[in-house]
Amino acid sequence: MVEKELRVSKIKDGTVIDHISGGYALDVVKILGITGREKRVMTIAINVPSKRFKVKDIVKIEGRALNTEEVNKIALVAPHATINIIRDYCVVEKLEVKLPKVIEGILKCVNPACISNSNEPAVSKFYVQSEEPLLLKCHYCGYLLERADVLQNL
Amino acid sequence: MLNLEFKGRDIVSIEDFSREEINYILNISRSMEPLASKGSDMLKGKILATLFFEPSTRTRLSFETAMLKLGGAVIGFAEAEVASVRKGENLADTIRTVENYADVIALRHPLDGAAKLAAEFSKVPILNAGSGSEEHPTQALMDLYTMQKEKGKIDGLKIALVGDLRYGRTVHSLAYALSLYDIKLYLISPESLKMRKEVIHAVENKISVVEGTDLEEVIPQIDVLYVTRIQKERFPDAAEYAKVKGTYKIDLKLLKNAKKDLIILHPLPRLDEIAAEVDATPQARYFQQVWNGIVVRMALLALVLGAVK
Repeated sequence: MVEKELRVSKIKDGTVIDHISGGYALDVVKILGITGREKRVMTIAINVPSKRFKVKDIVKIEGRALNTEEVNKIALVAPHATINIIRDYCVVEKLEVKLPKVIEGILKCVNPACISNSNEPAVSKFYVQSEEPLLLKCHYCGYLLERADVLQNL
Repeated sequence: MLNLEFKGRDIVSIEDFSREEINYILNISRSMEPLASKGSDMLKGKILATLFFEPSTRTRLSFETAMLKLGGAVIGFAEAEVASVRKGENLADTIRTVENYADVIALRHPLDGAAKLAAEFSKVPILNAGSGSEEHPTQALMDLYTMQKEKGKIDGLKIALVGDLRYGRTVHSLAYALSLYDIKLYLISPESLKMRKEVIHAVENKISVVEGTDLEEVIPQIDVLYVTRIQKERFPDAAEYAKVKGTYKIDLKLLKNAKKDLIILHPLPRLDEIAAEVDATPQARYFQQVWNGIVVRMALLALVLGAVK
């Protein structure tokens, strides 16, 4: 019991990202641009037992409510995640992650010869071809990125 | 009645075109044949800029010839060591400068997606004359034109693309274009030079695709043999190139098992993948392709500049 409480201790205000596929919590943190040096309490639980999935990861961030854009970014690495916005220990909003049709500026194309990786004023842009399995198509060079490519270049 | 508007349009990727639009371009190309012989002043007063950041003989001369035959003028450069690039100017700035000089720009660039980026910055139409190892749409159009002219149709053909299918930009554009027709496509390459997955992904649901490494096995079945050079300059290291160099050799011995009316195409330049002895056979059509390139590019210039509708 003591151990369980430690894992899921409640936060007062902030965001709980639940049902992240086991082992992907650090990628979620990374895609949100969180370094851990923000002077904010964070709890990251990895590979905890789950009823829905066998194991899952959980990320709790004190004092920060994610916006829709950030929530959508999470879909790139954790398509089944659920997001709870917490105020005064209560869930005030539940958000579903939803992958946008076009992803701009977050990822780099993995094709080293892509014009978007050169000194041109080009913002990277990808079209979502498929969500499961994840398949993104580069607007410029047409390369296809899979989830492994996305995780590598976060 | 189809509404086919080409004026001001960029020719960046063959994927941007429908079958109807491609057929229309091929029809206009046919109407350019007499003009290519006797000349025309259809584009008098118009200027084509050929910006070639990568060396090229055929494509640049072909674009320039096409423009001159239609009475237009040509400016441009033919190597990457031009002043602006040396000074570190990026492509977007070069385009925003040159668009003030020219009515249309033909661009060749070593990076994938370069033509797309150029089109986003340019006020004048961009004709992609080869972007990295990604696409070469005008070459694909002249390949289709050649097939149609030689075989009378494209539907129903069995077509083999052979050689470097990974780095060869012409085969990427050609595979996209052929997927709009009712054909069977054989992709024959060494394992390390297999067709890019995004191309396979885009075409395999539309047409029948067979991937393999053995050309001898498919040669009796095919109507069109499209041969490409294994391009040394695109290999990251020399050892990898040495492994696959000379994998395929088209010679009279191989052609013994081919259909009599097979046609052999090659985007050129060739090295030793087609033996010189093949040149004299009726199947060899790669030099006729060069002429077809001029008429197709004449058609494209006339269309994007609004001189024909």
